[in-house]
Amino acid sequence: MLRFEARGQPSAAWAVGSPLLALLMTTLIGMALFAALGKDPWRGIELFFIEPIRDGYAWGELMVKATPLLLIALGLAVCFRSNVWNIGAEGQFVLGAIAAGGVALLGSAETGAWLNAVVLLAGVLGGMVWAALVAWLRDRFNANEILVSLMLVYVAIQLLYYLVFGPWKDPLGFNFPQTRNFEDGALVPRLFDGSRVHLGLPLALLAAAGAWLLLFRTKLGFAQQVGGLAPRAARYAGFSSRSALWLALLVSGGCAGLAGALEVAGPVGQLTPYVPVGYGFAAIIVAFVGRLHPVGIVLSAILMSMFYIGGELAQSRLGLPKSITGVFQGLLLFTLLACDTLVAYRVRWVRRQPEAGGGT
Amino acid sequence: MTAPPRLELQHISKRYPGVLANDNVNLQVAAGELHAVLGENGAGKSTLMKMIYGSVKPDQGVMQVNGTEVRIRDPRHARALGISMVFQHFSLFDSISVAENVWLGLDRHIGLAEVSQRISDKAQAYGLPIDPQQPVHSLSTGEMQRVEIIRALLTEPQLLILDEPTSVLTPQAVDKLFVVLRQLASEGCSILYISHKLHEIRALCQVCTVMRGGRVTGVCDPRTESNASLSRLMLGAEPPALPQRPATTGAVALQWRHHDGSTLQVRAGEMVGIAGVSGNGQKALLEALSGEAPSPPNDLLVLNTPAGALGPARRRALGLHYVPEERLGHGAVPSMSLALNMLLTRQQGVGRGGLLRPREVAQRAQHVVQTMDVKTPSVHTPARALSGGNLQKFLVGREIDAQPKVLVIAQPTWGVDVGAASRIRAELLRLREQGTAVLVISEELDELFELADRMHVIAGGRLSPSVARQDATVEQIGQWMAGLWQEQSHAAV
Repeated sequence: MLRFEARGQPSAAWAVGSPLLALLMTTLIGMALFAALGKDPWRGIELFFIEPIRDGYAWGELMVKATPLLLIALGLAVCFRSNVWNIGAEGQFVLGAIAAGGVALLGSAETGAWLNAVVLLAGVLGGMVWAALVAWLRDRFNANEILVSLMLVYVAIQLLYYLVFGPWKDPLGFNFPQTRNFEDGALVPRLFDGSRVHLGLPLALLAAAGAWLLLFRTKLGFAQQVGGLAPRAARYAGFSSRSALWLALLVSGGCAGLAGALEVAGPVGQLTPYVPVGYGFAAIIVAFVGRLHPVGIVLSAILMSMFYIGGELAQSRLGLPKSITGVFQGLLLFTLLACDTLVAYRVRWVRRQPEAGGGT
Repeated sequence: MTAPPRLELQHISKRYPGVLANDNVNLQVAAGELHAVLGENGAGKSTLMKMIYGSVKPDQGVMQVNGTEVRIRDPRHARALGISMVFQHFSLFDSISVAENVWLGLDRHIGLAEVSQRISDKAQAYGLPIDPQQPVHSLSTGEMQRVEIIRALLTEPQLLILDEPTSVLTPQAVDKLFVVLRQLASEGCSILYISHKLHEIRALCQVCTVMRGGRVTGVCDPRTESNASLSRLMLGAEPPALPQRPATTGAVALQWRHHDGSTLQVRAGEMVGIAGVSGNGQKALLEALSGEAPSPPNDLLVLNTPAGALGPARRRALGLHYVPEERLGHGAVPSMSLALNMLLTRQQGVGRGGLLRPREVAQRAQHVVQTMDVKTPSVHTPARALSGGNLQKFLVGREIDAQPKVLVIAQPTWGVDVGAASRIRAELLRLREQGTAVLVISEELDELFELADRMHVIAGGRLSPSVARQDATVEQIGQWMAGLWQEQSHAAV
């Protein structure tokens, strides 16, 4: 029978190995799923893991989707390491998009490219304000941040619907629920011709470096993590749990807001009801698969982006439902949770022994 | 033919992942014998007792009870064989009465009234006064232990195991406990007495099995041994004797106005001890002194600066450092390296804008590791991988390295092996000689008599007046620990 034995120390090798094993298991289960649906499993693997990196354009698309995931997951990593459970990044993403869209709509055809900087800044502030609501309710009334942040996602989405169906609707848009297209000055500049990769990618990579610096090279980041790992030790040291709460939520809200701004002022170019596509929730998985470490998160954001693109391809080329992306995300999360057992336990195969039997 | 021993263990071994907790252990306990098992924390005493009581199964070896080989399945089986155990931590429900608690723990179904009667009978027979109808929350710790002992006695044990039973008792209560244990032994019940307190074992027991690192290192008659020879068996080496010089005290460095109106003062170059059974207000006092719980500004003066409203970091800047009782989770973050744990209380290696210089932090940690002889693979080892003694040496070293003006330290040697304990005590004395005001809060009276120049007692949240060590007696401090002191002697502080 299988026996789990607690390790004296969590295994460093399995901390890295667990996400890789989880990915392998996700792939195998995914192949079985394709086979069960009557599709060629190898074709499915090709769509998920080969097609998204086939050529320059495909890489560009991969990066366009990885950018918001990376930004949001970095903020969440800071949050989760501080033991603050913000699962409402989707809402902060939407508020960032709304704030950025509001500013972008103020511009005219003549407005210079400086407007884009203001648009992004507005996105950051929008996300921060939404997260600050969570922090304030937790700080002032000790409201559970998990519930509050999650419920605010739905408020944010309704707010977006109100605006695009109502006051911000494009008067020349044939009554479609969307704003007019943003002027050029408001849009995020693209990096290359023939690719949709935009300024957001270098910004997100910069944010990864910044998150690493904050977490591992500043006293502030150290204090955040002490508060998460051992609250009494943080009190002993004199680190304020209140400022840790606020900092964690403002950083993650700001990151999610920036991602929202980059999305609407980048690939989308206007506000529509289809701005929220679940990046904020997928980023939770990205953060954990990346071990809450900026370098790991860069890799896992690319992986999750592959799932998004692979899901779309499976939809168009294999005729599978769009929800295949969600299935793969869920598979990855569950297999990761299972594999993480190996970090704290070693598994032994032992023969069933008689009660209180002899030596092992 | 002589009677077989009450309990005999032969070649018992138990392995946990990464550690051999018991290695080929032999133990023989005769009927009616008072048998001590002595060893440092981590020597394997608890594992051995758990195997005897059936809550852990040995990997190897033979166990005989009254000459018959047994494989004990679980504690219920152990009790059926006449083995009972009183644990260090009580398992009593506060909200119900003594009789109801005992009733819940009984294996057979008998009426509550009969249980009450049996409790009264046992209490009478062994001089353990207890009212079966009293609710548990109104009992003192000593009385709770009585309930646990009576509960064990109701199973009519032939072998009673007591795990560190005196750690929660005042000296007077210890004496009363010994009377009961001697009476039990005279009636034929064998006693296994687990402890690391040498003088208690010498006063009570006839045979002593000494353990070190999972092995038995000696069996002796403790009555003919000295503290030094016993600790040699326990440690493999004798702890160095502490140098003790009279205090040369300076100005008042720490002054605290306690909520009961009494005042606590520690002068530069003075070591003051606070005795008391734990749970008598030590926690609140420590939080107030460390800054974890704020108080009115003028209630605490550090070097004449009002510090009551300051947080822990600001107090450290004034020179007040603190070593808490709990090492993992309070004094150190368990999963973080020793080097990172330096940053909890120290500013070395923190540059402008809070930017860290990891090499400098590690160097400082390395310095502490070297000066305190902390046994660790490196300063990048997580705190929880260290033994209690080594981690405590590191944490004490971290604060001493800051050259504090005032050091507050709680239970400095709690759960620490004897070697590390004597090292920590020597460092505290050295710190005092260098002119630091040191406040030690400890449950171990021996320790306070060894270290402190003056002593207070905390009982029921109140703080007693202080008494110089040379004027103090164990009896007097013991009475104070029960809350009995004359209020008017406050004037003598």
